[in-house]
Amino acid sequence: MQPDPGRDPIIYFDNAATSWPKPAEMIEAMIRYNGMIGGSPGRSGHHRSLDAGRIILEAREALAELFGCDALRIVFTKNATEALNISLSGFLHTGDHVITSSMEHNSVMRPLRFLESRGVQLSVVPCSGAGLLNPDDVRTAIRSQTRLVVVSHASNVTGTIQPLAELGRITRDHGVVFCVDAAQTAGVLPIRVDEMSIDLLAFSGHKSLFGPQGTGGLYIREGLEKQINPLVMGGTGSRSEFERQPDFMPDKYESGTPNTIGLAGLGAGVRFVLAEGMEAIRSKEKSLTEKFLQGLASLQGITIYGPPNAAGRTAVVSFNITDVSPSEAALEFDERFRIMCRPGLHCAPAAHRTIGTFSQGTIRFGFGYFNTEEEISLALESVRSLIKK
Amino acid sequence: METQRFIVFLFASVSYTLKAEKILKEQRIVHKLIPVPRHISSDCGVCLRVTADRRDAVESALQGRVKWEGIVLL
Repeated sequence: MQPDPGRDPIIYFDNAATSWPKPAEMIEAMIRYNGMIGGSPGRSGHHRSLDAGRIILEAREALAELFGCDALRIVFTKNATEALNISLSGFLHTGDHVITSSMEHNSVMRPLRFLESRGVQLSVVPCSGAGLLNPDDVRTAIRSQTRLVVVSHASNVTGTIQPLAELGRITRDHGVVFCVDAAQTAGVLPIRVDEMSIDLLAFSGHKSLFGPQGTGGLYIREGLEKQINPLVMGGTGSRSEFERQPDFMPDKYESGTPNTIGLAGLGAGVRFVLAEGMEAIRSKEKSLTEKFLQGLASLQGITIYGPPNAAGRTAVVSFNITDVSPSEAALEFDERFRIMCRPGLHCAPAAHRTIGTFSQGTIRFGFGYFNTEEEISLALESVRSLIKK
Repeated sequence: METQRFIVFLFASVSYTLKAEKILKEQRIVHKLIPVPRHISSDCGVCLRVTADRRDAVESALQGRVKWEGIVLL
């Protein structure tokens, strides 16, 4: 079922922040949980509690199908940020060395800078002006104390897709743990944790997986949980007679009552992705992005950042209009053209330094599966009218 | 006539129990989810009860797919 944009027609180009609209199935699943089920999963054993548990298991299984892993290797978190914090703060200790790229979001950079202040050694490998990481530079940065390489699958600023498989081969060959931030790609680009040698995969539930906000998760390779401390401890509904935190997956990292209503929505969102087919979703988003890139390139007074065409990026386009600040442009897009977009630094100052747009930032259009060619044409018209003659 | 005896499969947490339940449903092995009997554990979880003659069938269905913590005769 297609979503209904309602009686307030807008052009929603902020899908890189959170996707909208959501599939009707996702909303129905959340209504069904609240109206018909309502139990606390894994806590009580009555049949409504078990039904709630089944909803969460089904969400895990849908994600496991998407990533090619076992369902119980997936931990649910409130977002990709929390998943990354577990992977970084739970794993790295004083004296360890960690490698990341200069295109990372603050969800990676801030925990790493904090850890650096506590004695973790950090190398930030520079990327090209288009935001691309060279795997050879990562290989060169590896030392004997290197325990982790953490990179985003695609940049939230430029959409630049990093060569994950190659990076995975390098980390595997050097016995280094490989952590991927898939906030921008889970649900739209193929991710197979085994083929890409991914040890830790952090994902957002509310972007291309079409779940609600407040959902995300972390895949942890078998055995690695022995080396990663949880950030939050408490009741899990399991091993209740013991005062020590369980050491098994996923309970070790899932303390407290989970976001069952959110996970009901996430499960339905992932099943929507599986039913539509990720290739069909990617193909549509790519063609919208290509159309927009080509249209922008034909205009004077526009600077486009990131890879030259849609094949090298997700459906994200960062650009600037000469002599118009991104925030000023965004206000015009919203008020005059009802286009929702995101200006500024996108929580990624390092990425903006890399592409040369710090500190003014860029205008970012993040397209999604429910956008149309007509919306792209309208957007190009709007951009044209904001160019100063 | 001897009455049929039951056994329970115990799991680390309800996620595992529900995964096992799903597998048994797929394979049409008759089972029931019950609260873990008090004399086995004071845990608040649920376990899978089957008749004792289905033990081998359940073990081979779950083998390699979901780990169980123990099997107890009721």
